[in-house]
Amino acid sequence: MSAQPGNYRYIGTRRRTKEDPRFVTGRGHYVADIALPGMKHVALVTSPHASARIKAIRTDKALALPGVHYALTGEELCANVDPLYVGVDAPKVARYPLARGVVRYAGEWVVAVVADSRALAEDAAERIEIDYEPTDYILDPEKAILPGAVLVHPDHGSNVLYRRTFTWGPVEADFAKAQHKLAFRARWGRSATVPIETFGIAAQWDPGTGLLDVWASIQMPKYPDQLARALRLPGNAVRVHFDVDVGGSYGVKRGIKHTVLVGYLAKKLGMPVRFIEDRLENMRGGDMHGPDRIFDMQVAFDTDGTIHSLKIRALDDVGAYAGRSPLQLGKPVGAIVGPYRITSVEYEPISVLTNKTAQEAVRGFGQSPTNYALETAIDRVARHLGMDRVELRRKNFITRDQFPYLIPSGSTYDSGDYHTVLDKALRAADFPALVAERDAARKAGRLAGVGIATCLEPSGGNSAFEPLFNPKNETTTWMDSCLVRVDISGAVTGVMNTSTSGQGHETLVATVLGEILERDPDTIRVVHADSLNALPSNSPVGSRMAIMLGGAAAGAAKKVKAALMAIAAHNLGVAQESLEYRDGSISAKGDAKKSLSWDQLVEIAHRKFHKLPPGLEPGLQAKFVWEVPTGGGLPTADGRIQMYPCYSFEAHLVLVEIDPATAQPKIRRYLCGHDCGTMINPDIVHGMTYGGIAHGIGAALYEKFAFSDNGQLASQTFMDYLMPSALEVPGIDIVDHCTPSPLTEFGQKGSGEAGYLGAPAAIASAINDALAPLGASIDELPMTPLAIWTQLQGGKTQ
Amino acid sequence: MSEKLYPVSITVNGKAHAAEVPSRLTLVDFLRDTLRLTGTHVGCEHGICGACSVILDGAPVRSCLMFAVQLDGCSVTTIEGLARPDGTPSVLQDAFCEAHGLQCGYCTPGMIVASHALLESNPQPSEAEIRDAIGGNLCRCTGYQQIVDAVQLAAGNLAKGAK
Repeated sequence: MSAQPGNYRYIGTRRRTKEDPRFVTGRGHYVADIALPGMKHVALVTSPHASARIKAIRTDKALALPGVHYALTGEELCANVDPLYVGVDAPKVARYPLARGVVRYAGEWVVAVVADSRALAEDAAERIEIDYEPTDYILDPEKAILPGAVLVHPDHGSNVLYRRTFTWGPVEADFAKAQHKLAFRARWGRSATVPIETFGIAAQWDPGTGLLDVWASIQMPKYPDQLARALRLPGNAVRVHFDVDVGGSYGVKRGIKHTVLVGYLAKKLGMPVRFIEDRLENMRGGDMHGPDRIFDMQVAFDTDGTIHSLKIRALDDVGAYAGRSPLQLGKPVGAIVGPYRITSVEYEPISVLTNKTAQEAVRGFGQSPTNYALETAIDRVARHLGMDRVELRRKNFITRDQFPYLIPSGSTYDSGDYHTVLDKALRAADFPALVAERDAARKAGRLAGVGIATCLEPSGGNSAFEPLFNPKNETTTWMDSCLVRVDISGAVTGVMNTSTSGQGHETLVATVLGEILERDPDTIRVVHADSLNALPSNSPVGSRMAIMLGGAAAGAAKKVKAALMAIAAHNLGVAQESLEYRDGSISAKGDAKKSLSWDQLVEIAHRKFHKLPPGLEPGLQAKFVWEVPTGGGLPTADGRIQMYPCYSFEAHLVLVEIDPATAQPKIRRYLCGHDCGTMINPDIVHGMTYGGIAHGIGAALYEKFAFSDNGQLASQTFMDYLMPSALEVPGIDIVDHCTPSPLTEFGQKGSGEAGYLGAPAAIASAINDALAPLGASIDELPMTPLAIWTQLQGGKTQ
Repeated sequence: MSEKLYPVSITVNGKAHAAEVPSRLTLVDFLRDTLRLTGTHVGCEHGICGACSVILDGAPVRSCLMFAVQLDGCSVTTIEGLARPDGTPSVLQDAFCEAHGLQCGYCTPGMIVASHALLESNPQPSEAEIRDAIGGNLCRCTGYQQIVDAVQLAAGNLAKGAK
C-alpha cells in the first residue's frame, strides 16, 4: 500500500496551512493579548508548606495599597462556588480554586489579590500575612497506600482514589503453562507538556444581560458546563470565546480552577478580571503535572518468544487533588497489549493522593507511560531469551489479516500493518548499518546503543474510561460537530466549536469541506463559535480531531451537497441519479447544456423560494453532529470496553551514544515509521510527530518535576525543568505508511499524540542497550546523565 | 502606590515612542502593554525560553530580562517590524509558512527573530549553525525540524534573490 491512498484533490496533498500566516507576522490572538476596558489583574499568595493548617489570614496591609481592589480567601470562595469535577467516585476529595482551612501541597493557591496591574497585585500579595501550622505530609505513593498513612483528604478515609484489579482472559492458566516468567519494575517520572504559553483567562460579567464572558487558553472537554456548574449559573449564563489562539497545550490546558476563580471575581467585583500565570505559578500551582507512575510488570512467555500473558500493576501518584487525572490509568485499557497478540492480561491501576501538585491530562492520556512499560517488557524478554528484539516483535505482532482484532480488554483495533511499517522503517534507517555503527563505536571504546519501540496511538478520543472507572457515570457519547454555511455570495464558511492549540483545525476543516464540495480550501473560511453558538463538541483531546471534526465537517458538507443536488434535480427536471457534481456545478450526465453553476444554485437556495424543491429549507447550511464511531457502549461487569475507535502505529529506531566521561547521551540517528491512515495535511501530521518525539526525548532524558524531602517543588524554573532545545533534539526522519481506517470518511486516524507515544520507550531501549555490555540498566525515566553516570561507576542499581 | 516614572524614548520598528515608565517595567511589558505590540510573547520571564526575543543593535535579546528604562535612546525591532512595509510576510516569514515551521505560533516570533538575526550575519548557515542560533529558543510543538527546514528554505530563497 502506498503512502497515501485514494484519489483526493486536497486531502493528503502538501498545502500551506490557514493558520500560519497570522502567527509568523505576530498577529496571533492569545489570551494575554486581550485588553478589556478597565481590566484588573490577579496575583496569588501560595502555600509554602506541603501540608498545614491555615490559622489566620490578614489582608488589611494589602488592601491599604492604592489600586488594590480585593483579596479573596478560600473561606469566601468555597462558600459561594461548588467543588470542581472529580473524574472518579470520590466526592470527599473536594477541590476548589483556593485552599480553605488547610493546604495540601507547596504552591497551592491560598489568596487571590486583584489590583489595577499585575505588578501592583504582586506588591499586595507580598503584604498578605498568613499564619500556618505545618502538619504531617506524605510524598511517597507506595507508603501513601499503606494503612496508617497520613491522609491527604481525611474525609475520604484513604489516599487511594481508585483501585481495581481487572482480569481479562485466562491469566493464571497462561502464567502456569508458560515456559518463562519475568518480573520487573519500571518507573515513569513526573513530567508534563509545559507549553511555552502559561495558562491564562480573562472574564467579564455583564449584570445587564446576566452573562459571563470568558476568554481563555483552554483545551478542555465540557469546560463551559463545568464553569457554569461551579459558579452555580445556568449553562447559558456563561459564554466561552473559542476564537482565542492557545499557545500550546498537548493536554494540560484545563485551567478550570483558574477560570472559576477569575469568573467569581469578575462577577463579584463587577470588573473585567484577568489572570495570566507566571511560570512559577504555572509549574507549582497550575495543577498541570503529568503521570508519575510505578509499573510492576510480569510477563509469561515461551522459549520461542511467544508472549502469552501480562500482569501490570500501575501505581500513579496524582498529587493532592483529582480532576480527570485518575482516568489517565483508564485510557491505556484500550491498548493494554500494544500491537501484540497477547491473550490475557491482569491490570491493577491504583490512583494515589500525595501532598504534591495535582496531575492533569498529558499528551496520550497515560498511554505513553504504559507503552514505555510494555516496550521495556518486550526488550527484557528478548534479552532473557537471547533473541533479536526486532524478531521478537515480528513474532508477536498482530498480522494485517487479523484485523479487526479484538484484544482481551474489549477494544477492537480497526486496522494495521505492523510488519510492513517496521520493515519500511528498518530499510529506511539501514538498520544493519545502524547496528554496525553502534558496534564500531563500542569497539572504539565508546558507549552506544540502538533503541527500538513499536507501539500504538489509540485515536478518536472517546470517554469510555469514565463509566469504566466510575459506575455512576453513564457517559457514552463524546460527539463532535461542524456547521457549514454557504453564504449568498457563494463563499463557504465552516464553524468549529472549540479552540485550537496548534493542531491546524482550520486547515483540517477547510481541506475536508473543499474535498467534499470541490471548492478550493484557500477560499474557505473557518471560524470558532463561542460556547452559546456552538454545537455539541468535546474539544481536541485524545487524538480525535482528524477523525471527529474531520468526520463532522465531511458529514455537514455532504448534506450541503445533497441540498444542491436536490435543487438541481428540481430545476433541471433530471433525476438526481442522472446528475453529475463537478467543482460545485451540477449538470445532467451526457447533456452539458442542462447545467446549473455553483452561483446559480446558491442564488436559488438563498433568494428563489419558488425554485426550491418542496420541503427544502431556504438558505444553504447544514450541521452534523457525530458520535464517536464504535462508541456508545457501557463496560461489561469484568471491565471490557471499546475505548477509542482507531489505532495508529509507530515504529521508532534510534542510535544513541553516551559520552563515557560526562554520561551525556547524544542521539545520533532517529527514525520513525508512522501509520496514521490517510493524512489530511501531511505537513501538520509530520510536524506533530516531530514535536511528539522531541517531547518524548524530554520525558526520557531530561524533564522531571522533582520534589525535595520536605515537599517543595525543586524544578520550578526552566533552569531546573529541562526541556530539550534544537541542540538536544536531532534531525528526525519519518517514514509514512497508510493503512486506512474502515471507520472514517477518508480512512484517517489520529496523530495528535504521534511520536510521544513511542519516543520515551525507544530512547530508554537505546540507553539500556548502550549499558548492556556493562551488565547495567536503568528502569526509571528520566534517564538523566547522573543516573547514567551512576551506572557507569558500577552501580547496578540506582 | 504611586511609582516614580522615568521618561524614555525608544525607537521601535523605526518609529520613535516617548513614554514615562516605572523603573521596573520590563521591555516586553513596555512593548506589549504600553505600545500594544503583542507579537512579542512572554514565556518564562527568566530568560530561558526565548519567546520574548527582539532585535537590539542587530542581535536577538530577551526583552523579559531588560527594563524599558535601559533602552532609552535605543532602537528595537520586533516581529511586527520584520514583515514587509505593506504588512505581508518577509522571505523568512514566508518560508516558515511554506515549511510549516510552527504549530501553535507562540514561540514563533522569537524563533523568527533569532533566525532573522542569524541570516543577517550568516546568509548561508549550515544546519548546525541554525540549530545553534535557535538553541536559546524553546519550542514545544515542532521538535525544531520544520523550523530548521524553514530557515534553510529562506536562506536558499534569499540567495536566489527573493526579497
